[in-house]
Amino acid sequence: MNIVFLFLVVSSVVVSALSGNMNQLTEAIALSAGEAVERIFGLIGILTLWLGIAKIAEKSGLLETVTKLLQPIVRILFPSIPKGHPAMGAILMNISANLFGFGSAATPFGLKAMEHLQKLNRSNQASQAMCTFLAINTSSVTLIPSTIIALRVNAGSANPMEIIGTILFATTVSTIVAIVADFFFRLRSEKGGWR
Amino acid sequence: MYILFIKFSEFVLPVFLLIVFLHAFYKKIPVYDVFVDGAKEGFGLAVKLIPYVVGIYVAVGMFRQSGAMELAIASLEPILSMIGIPGEIIPLLIVRPLSGPAALGMTVEILDKFGPDSFIGRLASTIDGSTDTTLYIIAVYFASVGVKKARYALPVGLLADFAGFGAAIFMGIC
Repeated sequence: MNIVFLFLVVSSVVVSALSGNMNQLTEAIALSAGEAVERIFGLIGILTLWLGIAKIAEKSGLLETVTKLLQPIVRILFPSIPKGHPAMGAILMNISANLFGFGSAATPFGLKAMEHLQKLNRSNQASQAMCTFLAINTSSVTLIPSTIIALRVNAGSANPMEIIGTILFATTVSTIVAIVADFFFRLRSEKGGWR
Repeated sequence: MYILFIKFSEFVLPVFLLIVFLHAFYKKIPVYDVFVDGAKEGFGLAVKLIPYVVGIYVAVGMFRQSGAMELAIASLEPILSMIGIPGEIIPLLIVRPLSGPAALGMTVEILDKFGPDSFIGRLASTIDGSTDTTLYIIAVYFASVGVKKARYALPVGLLADFAGFGAAIFMGIC
């Protein structure tokens, strides 16, 4: 993360200095900082709503029931999470939200999952389960890519849903690659190769 | 089929809410009190994310505006087009893992220019839908719990992104 951050900033300043559009860069800096806060503030409502809903599902035991039902499928991926732990429920909710294309609901559940995983982790280093979760999350298998379908409808597509199959295939491939890559990196880290 | 599908996705969320509420009612949970209890975490959580998201937005904003991104695109273009990747979508491949809104903007532009049902239009749609914004997700998720070392999460995420792009292009060409 530090390397990416450093690379982006250094390369930008160097290129900007060489091409002489420094004042545009200055403008972009202030503008992006504002945009970031706007993005976060836009998130507050939906984050608050879903954290409330998640609490209800947790208290009523619904989350636990769903977790128990689907646990066998995901347990292989997260061997370090104890059986019936609330982290599993939040992870499952996050994956389902992504599957149905509800990005706004996916984030609160994802953050909830991280909170539970951090309770198991108790360190400022990412745990193995966190890395696996993020690998699955960022590559998220998508059944209904609602945003893209809406975009295509707007653009006047004759068949806006044509891409459902291709997106399902692409996300399935990327999730498989994510899981496999995560597995190998995990093995390497266990041997002390990645610290 | 299309109408049915849209109808289905319209139903999923409200029906999910209904199930959660009915189940809570059945279990005699004070729904509103519990909702408020959970929901009050929302604001604090959002505020906690601000420094991380500002950092990423500024870095990516600089990268785009300075011309460094165009330079990266220009230098990668010959290699990528050599393996059969259409030049029109190469910028999208580079922006997608960095910035969700920027990638969305590019996709809209491509759909307008080439038409949503053209080969390029379908390919851009698939690529934009094939992954989440890896950099943003990793930063935000780890930030929310105070994890400083992301270890191998970023390389794994990026590898998966490129695999997804590869799959999208492979399918588009074949």
